[in-house]
Amino acid sequence: MEKRVTFKSSWLPWLLLAPQAVIIGVFFFWPAAQALLQSFQQQDAFGTSVQWAGLENYRNLFNDATYLESFKTTAMFSLFVAFFGISLSLFLAYFADRVTRGTLFYRTLLIWPYAVAPAVAGVVWLFLFSGSIGVIAYWLHNAGLPWDPLLNGNHAMALVIMAAVWKQLSYNFLFFVAGLQSIPRSLIEAAAIDGAGPWRRFWSIQFPLLSPTTFFLLVINVVYAFFDTFGIIDAATHGGPGKDTSILVYKVYFDGFKALDLGGSAAQSAVLMVIVIALTVIQFRFVEKKVNY
Amino acid sequence: MKQKLTALVLAAAASFAAHAQTEIQWWHSMTAVNGEWVNDLAKEFNARQKDYKVVPVYKGSYDESMTAAIAAFRAGNAPNILQVFEVGTATMMASKNAIVPVTKVMNDAGKKFDASVYIPAVASYYTAPNGQMMSFPFNSSTTVFYINKDAFDKAGLDTNKLPATWPEVALAAAKLKASGHKCPLTIGWQGWTQLESFSTWHNTLLATKRNGLDGMDARLVGNSPLHVRHIENLGNMAKTGLFVYKGRNNTAEGSFVSGECAMITTSSGFYGNVAKNAKFKFTVAPLPFYPDVAGAPQNTVIGGASLWVMAGKKPEEYKGVAAFFEYLSNPEVQSASHKRTGYLPVTLASYKLTEDSGFYKQNPGTDTAVNQMVRKTTDKSRGIRLGNYVQIRTIEDEELEQVWAGKKTAKEALDSIVKRGNELLERFEKANKGS
Repeated sequence: MEKRVTFKSSWLPWLLLAPQAVIIGVFFFWPAAQALLQSFQQQDAFGTSVQWAGLENYRNLFNDATYLESFKTTAMFSLFVAFFGISLSLFLAYFADRVTRGTLFYRTLLIWPYAVAPAVAGVVWLFLFSGSIGVIAYWLHNAGLPWDPLLNGNHAMALVIMAAVWKQLSYNFLFFVAGLQSIPRSLIEAAAIDGAGPWRRFWSIQFPLLSPTTFFLLVINVVYAFFDTFGIIDAATHGGPGKDTSILVYKVYFDGFKALDLGGSAAQSAVLMVIVIALTVIQFRFVEKKVNY
Repeated sequence: MKQKLTALVLAAAASFAAHAQTEIQWWHSMTAVNGEWVNDLAKEFNARQKDYKVVPVYKGSYDESMTAAIAAFRAGNAPNILQVFEVGTATMMASKNAIVPVTKVMNDAGKKFDASVYIPAVASYYTAPNGQMMSFPFNSSTTVFYINKDAFDKAGLDTNKLPATWPEVALAAAKLKASGHKCPLTIGWQGWTQLESFSTWHNTLLATKRNGLDGMDARLVGNSPLHVRHIENLGNMAKTGLFVYKGRNNTAEGSFVSGECAMITTSSGFYGNVAKNAKFKFTVAPLPFYPDVAGAPQNTVIGGASLWVMAGKKPEEYKGVAAFFEYLSNPEVQSASHKRTGYLPVTLASYKLTEDSGFYKQNPGTDTAVNQMVRKTTDKSRGIRLGNYVQIRTIEDEELEQVWAGKKTAKEALDSIVKRGNELLERFEKANKGS
């Protein structure tokens, strides 16, 4: 029996697709095309004089040594954010799943940070760790640790990674909890009867069954680290000290929205787009092979 | 129900009354005490006459309101008046089709407008090479030196003879440190105070073409031996803990108000905040200088913001803007604003008026900013106006931080500022060639 729905008319499927296609076209492809176009132009802030610049914006970018350095910074930042974001939330989800009393309470608490705006997250962590007024900075100083995110690049990096991970923790947590709950209890019970301890049960049953969720979150977290973190950086470190926390997307935001250099900013976002497309392709081609659906 | 109805009627009546007048939209970035000041100015102007109604709208910080105005301009509904910080001046000036020069607005409305009544450093900053005043000087500030007198007393320093030169500042800092003070000196707006103001104060060029006032083909030269000497000096003070870095922009100001840092170089607009919140005796002193440099101290550089008139509006709205600017030019209004905010009195008449009222005698230190600015300017000290300035300030931040952290020498950092900054200046020149 033929199960697939087939349309007899040739225009009906296109008509049904049209609303979605229009939305994607207007809100995704049109702005993306605009950005690409702008990246080949140089214009004053008000757009009253627009000039074709060809590849000049791109040439300027790759002649800028600090821009090339910021690739390294971005790679390190997104690696840490994705790694800690995923492993920490898996850890929390595992224990939230095992809790028998007050489950709802713990889950609500863990989901909260997601409602916080990135800039606010940055400020919250800055207040905790700022050299002059931060509570935790005060403890660190009392413990004899010379904590100084204003002049020490590693400290500043740690600060923005913590804020970015904390902000994304809830999202990851939600997916892991849902993933863990969809694993049949009978499997785990059977393993327990066979004498497998909690550690063994996790590594041999739960973690492999979670692999689709983990893979999905890996893609999402990398995209998050690349695109959604400029608010945190702007609020916590302004990309400093020096350029030590100036990741690619922060420079896009700063040059475009604050410094009004639209051509340069558009060229950077085009570069960023290419990187993320490449990373996603790599993830789907190589990492996905390890995923069991 | 009845109450609701009256409220409705009243609202309708009010909106009708508003329609009878020409509305002037004024976007600004003034918060708290300064926000009240802006609202009061509009209220008083509106009460004085019936034809126009100025509506001040807070649009976020300086960079946010500028971005908002650009977006609004592109969509065809820009405000009539936009307050733009000094860093955005070159950008606004280059956008010739987006703005109307103040001189033209005033002349078209038949109002008298004389740029020579302004304090020279202020007037020349907002004047185009062809002699036309481009924007209306509103809230100008400059860089000054704040000192915590209580901390000086505790360290056994003479508060009647404040440190005036950089060597004296270093000595005072050492004594403060010896007395147990953790943060003798800090710096707000490091690029503005330690490179830009520092240059004009020592009558030394930061950029060619009279610091960019003469055209967009100016290039940075802020790596002279004097600049290197000063940044090296500060770098050494950072190493020995005499100078403590407290962050970019004005973040360092909090550590002065709290008493953590005893001395700070920052904006004169910080005065209101200290006067209100500091729990110690303080004073405002002129910026320190190097006594062996010829021509030092000259004058400091302008900061703060000015009012720009946007293009593409109805003729009667421009008349309203001109009337409002005429009101703002009134020496009494300006003097009252100066006393209230700590911003500079931008005309010589308002300065005289404030002096005659005895305000400076009653509030020692408040005339420091004015005295630094009213001096005669030289070709090297009229002001610094460069394109892509927001990015150049950030480059200054990035490179200076490397010096404070001991990762780069002063020479390396300043060379890098000049090199990276000049690339941006070249690009700005190219992008604005067509206008």
